[in-house]
This record gives sequence, structure tokens and C-alpha cells, in this order.
Amino acid sequence: MYEFDLIRASSVAEAVAAAAQNEDAKYLGGGQTLVPTMKQRLASPSHLVALSGIPELQGLQHRGGVLTIGGGTTHARVAQQALTDFPALARLANLIGDPSVRNRGTIGGSLANNDPAACYPAAVLACGATIVTDRREIAAADYFQGTFTTALAADEIITAVRFPLPLAADYQKFIQPASRFSIAGVFVARFANRVGVAVTGAAAEGVFRWCEAEEVLAAGFDPAALRTLTLDPDAMMADSFGSKDYRAHLIPVLAERAVLAMS
Amino acid sequence: MRQTIQLTVNGTVRSGAADGRTLLVEFLREELGLTGTHVGCDTSQCGCCVVHLGGAAVKSCTVLAQEVDGACITTIEGAEADEGTLSRLQRAFVDEYALQCGFCTPGMVMSAAALLEANPKPTEAEILHHLEGNICRCTGYLNIVRAILSASGQGAAHV
Repeated sequence: MYEFDLIRASSVAEAVAAAAQNEDAKYLGGGQTLVPTMKQRLASPSHLVALSGIPELQGLQHRGGVLTIGGGTTHARVAQQALTDFPALARLANLIGDPSVRNRGTIGGSLANNDPAACYPAAVLACGATIVTDRREIAAADYFQGTFTTALAADEIITAVRFPLPLAADYQKFIQPASRFSIAGVFVARFANRVGVAVTGAAAEGVFRWCEAEEVLAAGFDPAALRTLTLDPDAMMADSFGSKDYRAHLIPVLAERAVLAMS
Repeated sequence: MRQTIQLTVNGTVRSGAADGRTLLVEFLREELGLTGTHVGCDTSQCGCCVVHLGGAAVKSCTVLAQEVDGACITTIEGAEADEGTLSRLQRAFVDEYALQCGFCTPGMVMSAAALLEANPKPTEAEILHHLEGNICRCTGYLNIVRAILSASGQGAAHV
């Protein structure tokens, strides 16, 4: 890892100001992706602005059918504290990495990185959550812009994520046993007037909404209805753990399991 | 920028110098001489470097020392019950032959200690889920799971 200067911010305003003063600065969330990336010298910021000491980025709040989670909230805390209000999200958080990673990694960090195999993007997109930053609110549909790419400006901080709470939801993750990322992961969220289905880990362009499945499930919430649907293997990723065809096959299987778990 | 940082390690206030890029595990091993915490993969996968940071298990190869200036850390050197006496968990690791080469053991013990703190009577499935970030290349994990069950006061005969 190349040398850099670490700045510990105590407020969002202080962090943004520190980033503005240093052109090559990056924000440090839990560091569970950024630190390994810097060790490989794939990133070499001049300054890291640590967000872990900012109280306003911490915690969960449930109000009026909306669960708001601070951007600096760790996966472990979401796993514990969302259990009553949003059990599917708590379960998703509890499947990220391993316990030590979950004690450091944050929801804001995961969403800012937008790894194509990360779990949170599937929940955010399926629920139509809102990404709240230090300067604006971004709808999930506008936020994800392809692998490792988001609508965030370089110096923008995710301060919170607002989830409209579904009537029921489930996340099915087919885990790559070494990295514990998803080979494919499907989040299904059922609301009064719609169903959201989002897929991570599988597509070359990263997380996406599976609109056909949403329409079929909105017409009748029946797992068997998904069996008639297929996905284009050419849009999928391929690696040593799964071919394009394999990933295209996994998605309806996982979606069906999610619907079954919710029925 | 090189700075002096101060940590409470195993109940004792310790200070030393750290660069921005100094990892917590480097600080513990090289600056404080606490070499019980191991570096296995250095890519936050193997779990040999697990320590407790403010009571939570973390991989100290993926935490920056300066970021945790002022924090309370417990390492394997602080895991013993009293000076020179193994904790119940450490004793169980010995009794159940839960180590062979011993390289992963500091991380295994620190991870398991965090589990038992949060969940004093874990099931076998919960133990396996909890140890997903700790890799052992010798034992096949059976005796490690047995040791953790035993330390939690649960019979391990069925494992």
C-alpha cells in the first residue's frame, strides 16, 4: 500500500471539507473493500477521510413505514437491529462476508462501491429505496449505473438509505464459498401495489431489476409463474464459479425460492 | 503522516508510532511486540489476525492503526483467564485437540470468544456460520467446533 495521510472526520461537513481540500482524497467507510484494494495498489489516494467517527451516520430509525439506516451503519448492526422491522434485510446483512467483516463494513460503503456481486444493491433496487447524500436524494432506479459505477459525485457521501418497508420480502443468495459474495442473489419485495425483484452477482452490468418477474408476480404471487420466464445468458457474467448459462439458470430458481419463502 | 497513537491493549495503555498506511496488526506486532496475533493471508480472508476492537471481532489486517487511535483492543495475549492461566475456551482448544500447527489458533480463539460473548450457548450451525471468516488448513474444523461447544458447557459427543 502506498503511503497516504489519514484524516478522521467528526461530522459530514468536516469530511466533505477535507475531501474538497485534497483532490486525490477518498472516503473510508469500514475499509473492508478499500483497504484490500489499496494493498493491491489498485487505488492510491493521497488522503483517506475516515467516516467511522461521525455520529450522524450511525444507526437505524423506523418511522411511518420507512426504515432509515445511516450510511456508516455496520452490517452487524443492521443484522441485529433490522430484525423486527425488516427481517429480510437483517438476514441479507448477516450473509455478507463473515462476522469480522460485518463488524466493520457499512451499508453506505457497500452502496458507494457498487460491487456487481454485493448484496445491498439488490435490496435497495427491489424496494425502490432512496439514497440520501450530503447534498441530495437519489432514487434507487437512478443510482446504480453499472459495475462499480453510481450516480455519486467523487466527493459525495451517502448519509442514509431510506427503505419503504415491504409487506413481505426475502433474499436468496447463492454464495461463492471462498469470497462469500453472491454468484447470484435475488431480492423479492412485495408491496401493496407492486412487487420488486432485483438481481445481483449475475449480470455483467451489475445489479438489475428483473421487470418480467415483477409483472408476473404482481399479477399473481405464485412461484410457479416464474418457471415460464428465461433470462438472456449473454447479459450474464462468467467466471470459474459459474458460466453465463449457469447464472441465467440460477436467477429464476432463486426467485422461486424467495417467493416460496414468502408464501 | 507518521503520528503517535495510543491504544488500550489488554487493559494497558500503550502508545507508538504509526503511518497512515500502518495496519492495526502491524502496529500490534511490530510496534508493541505483541506477536500472538498472526498475519496469514493479509487479504482479510483467513482470520488469523482477528482481535477485538471495542469488544467486536475485527480483522486487524484490514483496519488502519491511526483510525482506531484511542480504542480498546483485546488480543490473544489478553485472552487468558488470569496471568498464565488459560481461559476456559483456550483450555477446551487444548483438551479437544483443536489445533495442529496452531497458526490460525489466535484468530480462532478470538472469533470464538466473541461468539460466546454474544451467544453463550451457540448451536453447531451457529458456530460454523460464525467461523466462516476463519480458515484452518489442518484440523478440518471438527475439533474446533467441539472445543467451542465444550467451552460453552454443551456436550460435544454428537459432533
